[in-house]
Amino acid sequence: MDVNKNSYTFTFSAILVIVVGASLAFVAEGLKPLQKENVRLEKMQNILASVKIEATPEEAGAKFEQYIVEQVMLDNDGNIVSPEGLNAFDIDVVKEFKTLAIEKRNYPLFVFEENGARKYIVPMAGNGLWGPIWGFVAFEGDMNTIYGATFDHKTETPGLGAEINQPFFQGKFIGKTIFDGSEYVSVEVVKGGADVEGKSHMVDGISGGTITSKGVGEMMERTLNVYVPYFKGNQKAAL
Amino acid sequence: MSETAETTAIVKEPKEPLFSSNNKRLLSDPLNDDNPITIQVLGICSALAITVQVKQAVVMSLSVLVVMIGANLIVSLLRNLIPSRVRIIVQLVIVAALVILVDQVLKAYMYDVSKQLSVFVGLIITNCIIMGRLEAFALANKPWPSFLDAVGNAAGYGWILIAVAVVRELFGSGKLYGFQVIPDAFYDFGYFNNGLMILPPMALITVGIIIWVQRSRNTKLIEEN
Repeated sequence: MDVNKNSYTFTFSAILVIVVGASLAFVAEGLKPLQKENVRLEKMQNILASVKIEATPEEAGAKFEQYIVEQVMLDNDGNIVSPEGLNAFDIDVVKEFKTLAIEKRNYPLFVFEENGARKYIVPMAGNGLWGPIWGFVAFEGDMNTIYGATFDHKTETPGLGAEINQPFFQGKFIGKTIFDGSEYVSVEVVKGGADVEGKSHMVDGISGGTITSKGVGEMMERTLNVYVPYFKGNQKAAL
Repeated sequence: MSETAETTAIVKEPKEPLFSSNNKRLLSDPLNDDNPITIQVLGICSALAITVQVKQAVVMSLSVLVVMIGANLIVSLLRNLIPSRVRIIVQLVIVAALVILVDQVLKAYMYDVSKQLSVFVGLIITNCIIMGRLEAFALANKPWPSFLDAVGNAAGYGWILIAVAVVRELFGSGKLYGFQVIPDAFYDFGYFNNGLMILPPMALITVGIIIWVQRSRNTKLIEEN
């Protein structure tokens, strides 16, 4: 058999591509339900982690049911909406951040309750240095003080920007406040190594991961801005 | 087909035992005398990119091992069927398919590991060592030697990767495999982690030092002039 004939080369390539394509498609389709479930459970874990509830993938579903008592959606002006065929958990804020215009995005809010005390969890998405970053920030019942935060990323630099998903960085947000009096100021992430002692609206960034750190700050400022009317309304109602 | 005939031939052939000295050399050469990173200077890109932490270096080395064995075996089995004019493309398709396969399986069954690998999975496809071995070895050799060649080269790649990562993580973050090894007392005495270690240039310098040490100890590698 002459393997260098044109006809053979074409036939060989065609068969190779079909075999490889078919087997990859088959595997991808077959594993999709498992992969989707992993992503769902991870999201539940992340939401629970922002309110300091540890859950293994196995127990994430049950714990999520138990603790998350309410899920609402806001539009870009901070009004509660309930669009047809959409629920808060299924909103992929990372995807909407990339593809939808600002005023068309949906803003989910998860309400967590334990022993009668409520916490409010805000999902958010933004840009790091190399790709998307996202996170969940949980607020105390006063809707001002940060109770916990988790961040994650897709492709940030290991050892530098990628450290935003580490507890040492996330812990720095706890106890910071986003309102100065009644004015919304968010929490600024400043260049790594800065002195932020006693400053309630500033967090020390990661040295060497400045752009990722800034990305976290920008993401919080922009996203939380949408929730301000809702937060203020509820703060008044609570008084 | 011809390849089945050859695989059985290996088993029947009494002259060439499974671990003949030739075959052993396939395993041991890439560790030192013919190391893919320090001698052939292949796969440098990933050696620089993911040696900040030991854990990632280990995961990356294992993934390369799996993909390399698979690709070397498949290409070796198909070596008489692959048209030489499109062989590079064929190799690329095989490597890419294997990498995606590994990625999909990890995502379904070992989600944590797949998240750590993230971008590195893509890097495996472009790893010059894999293409280099396919082109230089698997295309011309039987499956068993190709398998040994894959294991040897992946190990040669892996140990350099891990060695560089150990140096960088130890001096860059004071940790090994994520655990702190430099005691807090050192920091109290004014010891600082070397931030430069975390940055990519330091990987290049570390690899350079390994090459230097290797060349000065291994006289075979010293050039005449």
